[in-house]
Amino acid sequence: MSDDVRTDIAEAARSFGITPEDYMLPARHLIRIVDQDGTVLSTEEQGAEPGHDYPVPADEDLLEAYRRLVAGRRINDQNSALVRQGRMAVYPSSHGQEACQVAAAACLGEGDWLFPTYRDTVAVISRGVDPVEAMTIFRGDWHGGFDPRQHKVGIQSTPLTTQLLHAVGVAHAARLRGEDTVVVAMCGDGATSEGDFHEALNFAAVFHLPVIFFVQNNQYAISVPLARQTVAPSLAHKAVGYGMAGERVDGNDLVALLAVLERGVRLVRGGAGPLLVEAHTYRIQAHTNADDATRYREDAEVQEWLAKDPVKRMRTYLTDRGLLTEELQSRYEQEAEDIASALREGMNRESTPDPQDLFAHVYSVPTPQLAEQSAMLAEELSREEAS
Amino acid sequence: MTTDTTTPAGAVPGTAAGPAPVTGAGTALETLTIAKAINRALADELAADEKVLLMGEDIGSLGGVYRVTEGLKARFGADRVVDSPLAESGIIGTSIGLALRGYRPVAEIQFDGFVFPGFNQITTQLAKMHARTRGAATVPVTIRIPYGGGIGSIEHHSESPEALFAHTAGLRVITPSNAHDAYWMTRQGIRSQDPVIIFEPKRRYWLKGEVDVSADGHRGVSAFQAQVVREGTDATIAAWGPLVPVALAAANAAAEDGRSIEVIDLRSLSPVDFDALQASVEKTGRMVVTHEAPTFGGLGGEIAARLMERSFLHLEAPILRVGGFHLPYPPSRVEEQYLPDLDRILDAVDRTFAY
Repeated sequence: MSDDVRTDIAEAARSFGITPEDYMLPARHLIRIVDQDGTVLSTEEQGAEPGHDYPVPADEDLLEAYRRLVAGRRINDQNSALVRQGRMAVYPSSHGQEACQVAAAACLGEGDWLFPTYRDTVAVISRGVDPVEAMTIFRGDWHGGFDPRQHKVGIQSTPLTTQLLHAVGVAHAARLRGEDTVVVAMCGDGATSEGDFHEALNFAAVFHLPVIFFVQNNQYAISVPLARQTVAPSLAHKAVGYGMAGERVDGNDLVALLAVLERGVRLVRGGAGPLLVEAHTYRIQAHTNADDATRYREDAEVQEWLAKDPVKRMRTYLTDRGLLTEELQSRYEQEAEDIASALREGMNRESTPDPQDLFAHVYSVPTPQLAEQSAMLAEELSREEAS
Repeated sequence: MTTDTTTPAGAVPGTAAGPAPVTGAGTALETLTIAKAINRALADELAADEKVLLMGEDIGSLGGVYRVTEGLKARFGADRVVDSPLAESGIIGTSIGLALRGYRPVAEIQFDGFVFPGFNQITTQLAKMHARTRGAATVPVTIRIPYGGGIGSIEHHSESPEALFAHTAGLRVITPSNAHDAYWMTRQGIRSQDPVIIFEPKRRYWLKGEVDVSADGHRGVSAFQAQVVREGTDATIAAWGPLVPVALAAANAAAEDGRSIEVIDLRSLSPVDFDALQASVEKTGRMVVTHEAPTFGGLGGEIAARLMERSFLHLEAPILRVGGFHLPYPPSRVEEQYLPDLDRILDAVDRTFAY
């Protein structure tokens, strides 16, 4: 190990409030601030290590996050309904994981980047992408519905961990440009088995880049449970091998998620190097509409997680603290309903993707072969139209 | 719809470059090996554009296992000539991220047989990003891959996987056969707005040639065009990369038998310059396509089929292919029997005259 790397680790350890030896160890506890019934846990019960400090976000930030949480749940359920009505090809719902979705977007500043998976549509929308544009992929109009550079959001793509390396490259660019960008790179528990997960974490650590790898451990990769992905004590333990700090957080506790991720962003932005955050959550619905979850998990398990619902929990917490009034609640619900209605309208609007567009963007300038094939298709279509 | 290879844009596809001006400016000829010509091209692009950076295994202090990047780290610094961890998917995947933020990464894959850990990033991400974003995101990543056999090496160091990449829409695939082309095609590849794979004929790295390094030394020729490297009237041999010198030798030998053979260096494998191939085969009526890769599913088949569609009535004989057998690349002591050589190419030329 070079002296440079030793110094980096020592400094990183200090910034995380631990010794270099402890820095190489995984987080011992999962961070939870609000219990599943909505009550605030005592500091001792929150799981923080001595020296760690997870300040609870400001009241207005909590309310704003809750507003997005309510919208996120509505977006998930509206999209699932649209699939059932045949208006969309497929929708991988993050129902039950909305707190993770909202927190992943909320912790970022304007210049920061988000690299989502295909299940992270709510995070994409929460980051500011228009809901109908975000759904372009699942409607089958195009393989991407927005400009990643405009929104600083990667395009969702189904190979599991390719986006993690793009995130690391964007962070590398930020370092070279001298910008204080932070990149949040999202993946799930199944994705931690992929080779690119390893390469991304290792590149980020070796180049000491400002990336937070945010793993939503929702317990299943389609049908395969976590036990078939890893026998590590936790996914956060995987950070150790890269010389990176790892943390665990209750993925259904929006307050804890915001506290952990916002602290992470602050440290990473300050030069502490990359960080791995594992959120424990649960995919309440099947993988997609094409999946049958009853074939591989018990209903009792689903019921157990329904009791930990992130939306209900946050609502109780905010109400008990006197922050959330009935009036605010109805306003948030109405706003969520407006988004759902825009989604319905957008998805029900007839659209006819032009097949000629397919040829336009494969290369920056179409090749002669593509020009020829485009003409061939045009001729075929005009013959069909004439007959 | 406009196209780029029909105009002899000297510079770059995807830019508004028209034909390069024909000026009276003098040439600046230097004699360089192919490896040195690529080194010079990389240096000139690093100097010309601060967003160009190199990434790969052993490319820094060592200068690459073939010394193609020799001296570049010392000159441009470790942030621009980056020794990466030993992970090809990481090299390609992070290059995509860098490109999203305005960089022009030039990735080196150490050997042809080692590109496959990066194949997923290349085919599912790099090749598709521009289309996926309706052109909003360009990813001008260049990937340099030394390829081909004949160097007496062990397994995975002698392969010709170009068809796999040419088959993938969204990639440009080019391969130079001489020092002048190596210099200009590397520079043009780096400047392309599209992802470009440059297959470098490693057994020819030490082949010397004159390189015109003057500002318009490209002479208006795009990296995505084929070139006639020897004119002839009786038959055409189409080749690329390491087999171009073999094709030229075959043409010279045939000349002794009184046959006038034209040789076309394809240079670009995606897109293929079918117009140039068509013009040649309609002139000569006969064609042999040769490549080191197995003929089965190879580019030779695509070229033969396309020219049959375009030029059937001009053909005096079927277009024949001379390529590798459908085998894993053989051990070095029997690679000589595997690789297309002068005799095998001449035999095929003879067969085209037997119809």
